[in-house]
Amino acid sequence: MKIGLFIPCYVDAFFPEIGVATLELLERLGLAVHYPLDQTCCGQPLANSGCHADAAPVERLFARNFRKLDYVVTPSGSCAHHVRQHLTAIEQTPEVAKLRASTFELCEFLHDVLRVSEFPWAKFPHKVGLHIGCATLRGLGEASTSEIAGARHSKPLALLSAVKGVQVVKPARVDECCGFGGTFSVTEEPVSARMGQDKVRDHHGAGAEYIVTPDPSCLMHQKGCAERLALPLKFIHIAQVLNGARA
Amino acid sequence: MKRVDHAEASSRFIAAREHVEFHDKRLWDLRQKRDREAEAIPEWEELRTLASSIKEHTLSHLGDYLEQFERNAIANGMQVHWALDAAEHNQIVYQLLRSHGATVLVKSKSMLTDECEMRPFLETRGIQIIETDLGERIQQLDDEPPSHIVVPAVHKLRGDVAQVFSRTIGTDARKSDVPYLAESQRQHTRPYYLKAGAGMTGANFAVAETGSFVVCTNEGNADLSANLPKLHIASIGIEKLIPRLADLGVFVRMLSRSALGSPITQITSHFRAPRPGTEIHVVLVDNGRSERLGMDGFWRSLKCIRCGACMNTCPVYRRSGGLSYGATYSGPIGVIIDPTFNLRKYSALPFASTLNGSCTAVCPVKIDIHDQIYRWRQVIAERGQLPMVKQEAMRMAGKVLASPKLYRLAVKAAQAGLDHLPRSMIYNPLNAWGRQREVPKAPKQSFREWYLKHR
Repeated sequence: MKIGLFIPCYVDAFFPEIGVATLELLERLGLAVHYPLDQTCCGQPLANSGCHADAAPVERLFARNFRKLDYVVTPSGSCAHHVRQHLTAIEQTPEVAKLRASTFELCEFLHDVLRVSEFPWAKFPHKVGLHIGCATLRGLGEASTSEIAGARHSKPLALLSAVKGVQVVKPARVDECCGFGGTFSVTEEPVSARMGQDKVRDHHGAGAEYIVTPDPSCLMHQKGCAERLALPLKFIHIAQVLNGARA
Repeated sequence: MKRVDHAEASSRFIAAREHVEFHDKRLWDLRQKRDREAEAIPEWEELRTLASSIKEHTLSHLGDYLEQFERNAIANGMQVHWALDAAEHNQIVYQLLRSHGATVLVKSKSMLTDECEMRPFLETRGIQIIETDLGERIQQLDDEPPSHIVVPAVHKLRGDVAQVFSRTIGTDARKSDVPYLAESQRQHTRPYYLKAGAGMTGANFAVAETGSFVVCTNEGNADLSANLPKLHIASIGIEKLIPRLADLGVFVRMLSRSALGSPITQITSHFRAPRPGTEIHVVLVDNGRSERLGMDGFWRSLKCIRCGACMNTCPVYRRSGGLSYGATYSGPIGVIIDPTFNLRKYSALPFASTLNGSCTAVCPVKIDIHDQIYRWRQVIAERGQLPMVKQEAMRMAGKVLASPKLYRLAVKAAQAGLDHLPRSMIYNPLNAWGRQREVPKAPKQSFREWYLKHR
């Protein structure tokens, strides 16, 4: 099985530890992981701004970097969501269609493809709030949402619950958006920041020490808000916890 | 025409701390009540699917159903008028009032008449208009448009209403308890029902099979408006049609549960024929709806039953207030409808969204709201309606991200900037990110650099 590792631009630049944890975790699970050195971005920020003409060359580069692989795995839900559901600025050749269908966010790859249910090396004895970003939640459908009645399920929670010591605490608004929203975070700064403040206060109120997430963009935004508010919250990507990070 | 600046308007809304907190909590409370009602009905999701398919069927046979409605309404003794646009609608209403010698009009809530800007049109022609819905009346007296399609004055606190009423209908400004305020409005409004030469309602549904229409309300004001004067005018958007009376149950079960989290509205009135000695005039209004029906990717917005569930759940709407959208329709449904009225003016609205998708998940008729928001962004960019700064930024970003070499230089520059620049340079007024958030700390190396060293 040939696995391509996609480390999105902002993770590459600002959160290399998330990339390292993702790579180490996949290798620990016995996979040969290929990291194309010329990768940049999937085109999401441009396409989400409506700029499909500008997104096209970026998507083309993405497709070239990751062709001829069985799976592409990324530790960023919104990027996986873009590739799967919105990477349409370039010609939809059979190769592109296959690439899109075989691109996975890390948690769903572990849960659905590898079917991993144990992380014996991992231990995280902390109260954690789990934040699943909206593209991961409602876009990729990795968990049931509060709007739809019925049986509850959550792939990220199933994985996290397999880690020794983890105690999950729930905020009052379990799956309200935290307000990152890509360029929204800048162009709609007043609302974006307010949403982020409300979100981290909610997690803090629930007693969380850590916020764990499969979505580094939400993490970057919430961490920025919590630090400015001087809340005693720590942030960590789910790949790091599953890979055995202690704190 | 000037672009509505949603971000700027929302910063003013957020600055009023008590208001934004109340607004967010009050609407979130409605969302939670909606969840409880939905959970109590095992077939809720099936109802949504059914409601969606009934609406899609109706919209794809709209001409036939409209004609069927007209035939049956006329057979019932009602009179039917067709209005191509807002101007025609207003003119028809004015002519009806004039020919009946009516100078006072009592009316219940109608987003359509707001959309047509009917009130100012009639007022300049000497018609006195009394909004009889409490929230609408508050907004009318305060000379503001409704901020929410179901709860029009939800952005106001009790104290704000006390101020408005003391200024306009002479209540005691120091008294802001709800029963006092509501009773004062009621007492003030009652005489107008008797004075009015005409009453006006909208409609939630128009049934083709029976030629009747249905008005769902909670205050009883619509029934007084419709039944006390001798002339009842009902303005109805052409998308309100449903084929059969049997279909109505699907929608009535969902409307108030989605809107307010209550099982049903207090009053569900069916209007079929005028009482002896009175007249009912139905004005069927297009005002851009036919054009919208022809828009690939956007026509499903016409399924909307105006419950406001998308607004109640929208985290952006709850924290920016309906008035920040600068349009008749606000919140998620507004964001996808408003650009059809004026693309340039409303071109910022589809960007007032995080694309979180909660709106789509609560919509009782399954409108793909957040997908349409996404599509509008593309239309706006293609038609050159993005702000110049954003257009340039995206063009540059596209160039950098399409070139591995330029990208790597940019990563280095960003890290160096964060590492070496003094705090005062990073947190400057141009850095919108840093106004209320810390920027991430620069790592020693990028992932790529780490990878090259370790693998």
